[in-house]
Amino acid sequence: MGGLSPAEWEVLLLSLKVSGVAIAAVLPLAFALAWMLARWRFPGKVLLDAVVHLPLVLPPVVTGWLLLLTFGTNAPLGHFLVRTVGITFLFRWTGAALAAAVMALPLMVRAMRLSLETVDRRLESAARTLGAGPLRTFLTVTLPLATPGIMAALVLGLARSVGEFGATITFASNIPGETQTLPLAIYSALQLPGSEWQVARLAGLSVLLSVGALMLSEWLARRSGHGKGGHVL
Amino acid sequence: MSFDIAVTLHRGNSRMTYEFTTGPGLTALFGPSGAGKTSLLDAVAGLVRPVEGHIAVSGTVLFDRAEGINLKPEKRRCGYAFQDLRLFPHRTVRDNLLYGWKLVRPEERWLSVDLALDFLGIGHLLDRMPSTLSGGEAQRVAIGRALLSAPRFLLMDEPLASVDANRREEILSLIERIRDELELPILYVSHDRAEVERLAHRIIPVEPPSSQA
Repeated sequence: MGGLSPAEWEVLLLSLKVSGVAIAAVLPLAFALAWMLARWRFPGKVLLDAVVHLPLVLPPVVTGWLLLLTFGTNAPLGHFLVRTVGITFLFRWTGAALAAAVMALPLMVRAMRLSLETVDRRLESAARTLGAGPLRTFLTVTLPLATPGIMAALVLGLARSVGEFGATITFASNIPGETQTLPLAIYSALQLPGSEWQVARLAGLSVLLSVGALMLSEWLARRSGHGKGGHVL
Repeated sequence: MSFDIAVTLHRGNSRMTYEFTTGPGLTALFGPSGAGKTSLLDAVAGLVRPVEGHIAVSGTVLFDRAEGINLKPEKRRCGYAFQDLRLFPHRTVRDNLLYGWKLVRPEERWLSVDLALDFLGIGHLLDRMPSTLSGGEAQRVAIGRALLSAPRFLLMDEPLASVDANRREEILSLIERIRDELELPILYVSHDRAEVERLAHRIIPVEPPSSQA
């Protein structure tokens, strides 16, 4: 079945760019939220937890609409971002990345929170008695022990963002070369009569991508698993 | 004076008060499980904050409620051998042993790694992961890790708890050597009368707290 056509390459690379940027940008935020939810006690924690999880339970089209309301050019925040940083989201690949990030966030927070909650805090206090301050304790004990969970979060987030459809098409629209990621391209192809072969090729591509991501995560988990082996999911 | 302790600790809805001073050597806190002995060790290590009182070791004030002094655990220079060992599962025995050693200024170290390995008989374990160690081996590594952090005093919580019956003697004589050769004040927790009578220079009985608040 030969190589990919230029159009398919474009879709694939755009998908990778959108998901990669989305996950890289949202990772620190997701970790901070996971940390707060796992370790802190503060008023409004239940509310924060609910807000973080909204994209998981809302219909994606509603999330996309809420993004429109928040980041559209006429919305205060969208307007502000255009004027200060010069970033627009509407009809741009950055918008697809934002939608993908928002949709991936709850899954990533959940996975990381879970792994942070399973880190044995008695080991952290042992590190403290051995002379390590809080930051060193975090870097040498907490973070390494939470790494498999962080890897799991990355994979889940990537899988979710590569597959993102509803919020993206609502918020960033379906523009070839700009916001048309793999699922949107498949959707568009499905609308054309006689394009079964094209649909099959794109679908195969997304299967390959998912399997590749899974294998990569297993490999990373094995490398960072400190001989404990094991699965990240 | 080695340990100078007068504290009140909150534990659940009960309060415990400890008040004693000790000379050099090994002081045993002796009492049934659940009496709160570990909580006192945690307070001396800085892991638990007393509601009242003061803690000083060898003249250094670690905690004083009235003076507003509360040294962080990493500043207390205590060698804590936990009952549950708490070896870092993601690090080799070598990295566990060197964890605290690397954090001490070289001029403050009083035990070389070679000497510690020899003393504890754990030189052959360096490349192992903690999960592969026997109870006795793991306990010796845990003690070694504490000693190599160049502590000014030792806290030992039921060091025989994780050791097989036929290895107890090995650990007991190791603790005797630490007591006799290292000149560190030691606060030692146990519920075993024979063990305490053999090791301790003095014994402080600990009763379970009455549960009035």
